[in-house]
Amino acid sequence: MRLVMDLSAFFESRVCIVSGKGGVGKTTLSAVLAVMAASSGQQVLLVDVEGKSGLSNAFGANPLEYEAVTLSQGVFARNITAEQALLEFFQDHNLNWVSKRLQSMNLVDVIATAAPGIKDILVLGKVKQIERRGTYDLIIVDAPAAGHTLTFLNSAAGLIDAVRVGPVRTQARDVQEMLTDPSRTQVILTTLPEETPVNETVETAEALVDLKIKVGAVLVNGWYSPCPAATVDEIRAAAVTAGTVMPDEEAQALADASSFVNMRHRLQQTQLARLEDMLALPILQLPFLFTADLGRPGIDTLTKALETAITDFETEAPAVTLPSSDGKTA
Amino acid sequence: MSTAFVEIVENSTTLVCCGSGGVGKTTTAAVIAMAAARKGRNSVVVTIDPARRLAHALGLDTSDLGDDPRAIDPALWDPENKRVENGSMSAVMLNAKSTFDSLVEKYANNPAQVGRILDNTFYKNISAALSGTQEYMAMEKLYELHESGAYDLVVIDTPPSRNALDFLDAPNRMTKFLEGRAFRVLTAPARGGMRLVTRAARVFLRTTARVLGSEVLDDIVEFFGVFEGMYEGFHHRAAHVRDLLAHESTLFMLIASPRRDALEEAEFFAEQLREKNFPIAGAIVNRLHPHFTESLAQATRLRSETFTERANENEATTLLAELYANLASFQEVAQKERDHLVRLEELVSPGPVEKIPFLGEDVHDFSTLRLLEDTLFSKDTEADKIAAIPHAQ
Ligand SMILES: Nc1ncnc2c1ncn2[C@@H]1O[C@H](COP(=O)(O)OP(=O)(O)OP(=O)(O)O)[C@@H](O)[C@H]1O
Ligand SMILES: Nc1ncnc2c1ncn2[C@@H]1O[C@H](COP(=O)(O)OP(=O)(O)OP(=O)(O)O)[C@@H](O)[C@H]1O
Ligand SMILES: [Mg+2]
Ligand SMILES: [Mg+2]
Repeated sequence: MRLVMDLSAFFESRVCIVSGKGGVGKTTLSAVLAVMAASSGQQVLLVDVEGKSGLSNAFGANPLEYEAVTLSQGVFARNITAEQALLEFFQDHNLNWVSKRLQSMNLVDVIATAAPGIKDILVLGKVKQIERRGTYDLIIVDAPAAGHTLTFLNSAAGLIDAVRVGPVRTQARDVQEMLTDPSRTQVILTTLPEETPVNETVETAEALVDLKIKVGAVLVNGWYSPCPAATVDEIRAAAVTAGTVMPDEEAQALADASSFVNMRHRLQQTQLARLEDMLALPILQLPFLFTADLGRPGIDTLTKALETAITDFETEAPAVTLPSSDGKTA
Repeated sequence: MSTAFVEIVENSTTLVCCGSGGVGKTTTAAVIAMAAARKGRNSVVVTIDPARRLAHALGLDTSDLGDDPRAIDPALWDPENKRVENGSMSAVMLNAKSTFDSLVEKYANNPAQVGRILDNTFYKNISAALSGTQEYMAMEKLYELHESGAYDLVVIDTPPSRNALDFLDAPNRMTKFLEGRAFRVLTAPARGGMRLVTRAARVFLRTTARVLGSEVLDDIVEFFGVFEGMYEGFHHRAAHVRDLLAHESTLFMLIASPRRDALEEAEFFAEQLREKNFPIAGAIVNRLHPHFTESLAQATRLRSETFTERANENEATTLLAELYANLASFQEVAQKERDHLVRLEELVSPGPVEKIPFLGEDVHDFSTLRLLEDTLFSKDTEADKIAAIPHAQ
C-alpha cells in the first residue's frame, strides 16, 4: 500500500484531534486545518478544551465561549471545558442537583481524582455528541499539550476499568468507540523539527497505535529554508561582479545569517530524518514565518503552504509499504 | 547582562522560573543555577521533566534516582576551573509522587497508617490526576531545600501549567482538598440536629455511587478516613510553604518567547503577581532571533528586491538575491520581536528584561548552557554574535 493522501482523504474522519508538545503550534495549525477544510466548502467546528484564547486570537476574535461563534467563512469555534461538560452531563441525566452540590461543596476535584479521566471523558463525550448530531462536516479539537494528550485520549480506556457501572461507563464506551474508529477520528501530530519535540512525537505516535487510534499525519512546523553558503570573501567577490558597493560589515552579516540558517536547517534535516525513520506516516513541513505576530495573514500563508505540501507529497512520495495496523516501519 | 541581573544571580536566595509551555523554563533555570555556582554560590536547581539529554547532562537520568539533589562535578560546569572558590551546583528532578510519599511518612502516626494511605487507590490517583499536585510538590521541594540550609540559592523550574498562576494557589488548593471537609460532613455518623443534613447526604452519596460506582466511592471514604489524623501536620506544612512563597526573598523570574501572544501571557502573569504583591525579579525573553547587523531591515529588503530582479544576470546576482532575502527576513523578525518587549519591560521594571538569542543548535549539554550563560553576561549585540557563530562540536 502507498502512503496515500489527498485533500479529501485528509479529512475523511469527521473528528480531527490536533496534538503536540507545548508551544509547537497546535493552536495555529488547528486554525490552518480549519481554514483549509472550509475553503473546500466544509462546515468546520474548532474546539478549544483548555479555556485558552489562542484560537480566537489567531482570528482576531473575542475569547471563545461555550456557544459556538463564527470565526470566518465556514469556520465556527467554541470551547468545551471540563467544568461545563460535567454540569451538562449531570443535567442530561436528570441529576442537576448533584452537579450543583458537587460545585457548591468543592467536590469536583474529589470526583476527578477518584475517577481520573472523568473530566476528559465528559469533554470527549460532548465532542461525540456534536459529531453524532452531524451539524458540522469536520470537528477539529485543539488538544492539550502532548503529555496530557495521551492521558486525554487514554481516559476512556482507564475509566472503563475503574468505573464498572452507570452512565459514566456508558459514556466512556461511546467515546472509546469513536476514538478507535478511523473513519470517525484521527489524530494529527504537530511538532517542531527539534530533538525533544520529535522524541515526544514518536512516543505519542507509538502509544496511539497501542490505543488503536489512527494518526493521520505529522505536521512539522517552523521549518527554515536553507540559503546558499558563502564566505565573506566570496560575498565580496560577488558584489564586485555584480558591480555594487558593499561595506565589510554587510558582507559579514550576510555570511552570518546564511551560516545561521544553514546550521538550523541541518539540525532540522537530522530531526526530520529521524521522524521519517521511525514513523511510516505522511510527514508534511510548514515554513517558519518571519514575524512575531502571525494573525490571519499568517494562517492564510500557512494554509497555502499546507495545501502545497499535500500536493507535493502525493506526487513525490515513494511507494512505501505500510505495515497493516502498525505506525512503525519494521 | 545588566547589573540588575548580576545582582539577582549573586544575591537572591529563591528564584521561581515561570512561563508558558516550551519557552525555556527548564533551560534557563539550569543556566541561572550554573551562573550562580560559577560565582561561588552553592546553588541547586529543581527541574521538572527536563528533556532527556539535558537530564543526562545534569546527571539526572540514572534509574535509582530518588528526589534528593545530586552535586554536579565542577569539571562539567566549570571546565576551565575559573570559578570563584567554593561554588557548587546541584540538581534534582522533581518526582511529585515520591515527594508526596515522604510527606505522608513524615506526618503519619504509625507505619500502618503510611501503608494504608500509600496503598489506597484514591491516594495513588492524586499525584497523577489531581491538577495542581505537581505545582504543590514543586513548592514543597522548594521549601524542603530552603529549610535544609545546604544551599544559598534554590532555582525552581515550574510545570507547564494551563494558567501560570496555578502554583501560587497550589498550597491553598491542596489543603482544602485534603481537608475534605465536605466529605467528612457527608460521611459523619448521623446524630441529633445533623440527621436532616445527613439524610440528604446519604441520597447524595448514593447518587454519586450510582454515577461512578461504589468501589470508587469506598476508596474516597477510606482515604479521608485514614488521612484524618494527619491533616493537622499537613496543614501546618502547607502554611509554611505558602509563607515561603510569599516571603520577600522569593523572587519570580518570568520566562517568555518573543512572540506577541507568549509575551501577552507573560504580561498577564506579571500583572497578577504585582496585584498579589509577589516580587518579580525580572524577565528573560528566550529564543530571540539573532540580530546580525545594525543596519535597517527595510534597506536590506530593498537590496534583496533589487537583486531578485537582477537574479538572472549571473551567478553573483543570484547569490546576492538569496543572501539578501535571507538576511532581510532575519532582520525583520528580530526587529518585530524586539518591538514587542516594551510593555513587558514596563511591567517588570525596575527588574531587568534579559534577552537570550535563539541558538543555531539545541540546548542539552553544559557547553550549550555555557553559551547561553555567556549571552546573558554580554551586551546585546555581542550576545547575538555568539548565537550566530556556529558552535564548535
Ligand atoms: N509556522 C510558524 N511560523 C512562525 N510562528 C509560528 C508558526 N507556527 C506557530 N507560530 C507561533 O508560535 C507560537 C506557538 O504557537 P501555538 O500557540 O500555535 O502553539 P501551541 O502548541 O498551541 O502552544 P500551547 O501549547 O501553548 O497551546 C505562537 O506565537 C504562534 O504564533
Ligand atoms: N536559546 C535557545 N536556543 C535554542 N534552543 C533553545 C533555547 N532555549 C531552549 N531551547 C530548546 O527549546 C526546547 C524547550 O526548552 P525547555 O525545555 O527549557 O522549555 P520549557 O519551558 O521548560 O518547556 P516545557 O513547558 O515543555 O517544560 C528545548 O529543547 C531546548 O533545547
Ligand atoms: Mg495552544
Ligand atoms: Mg520544562
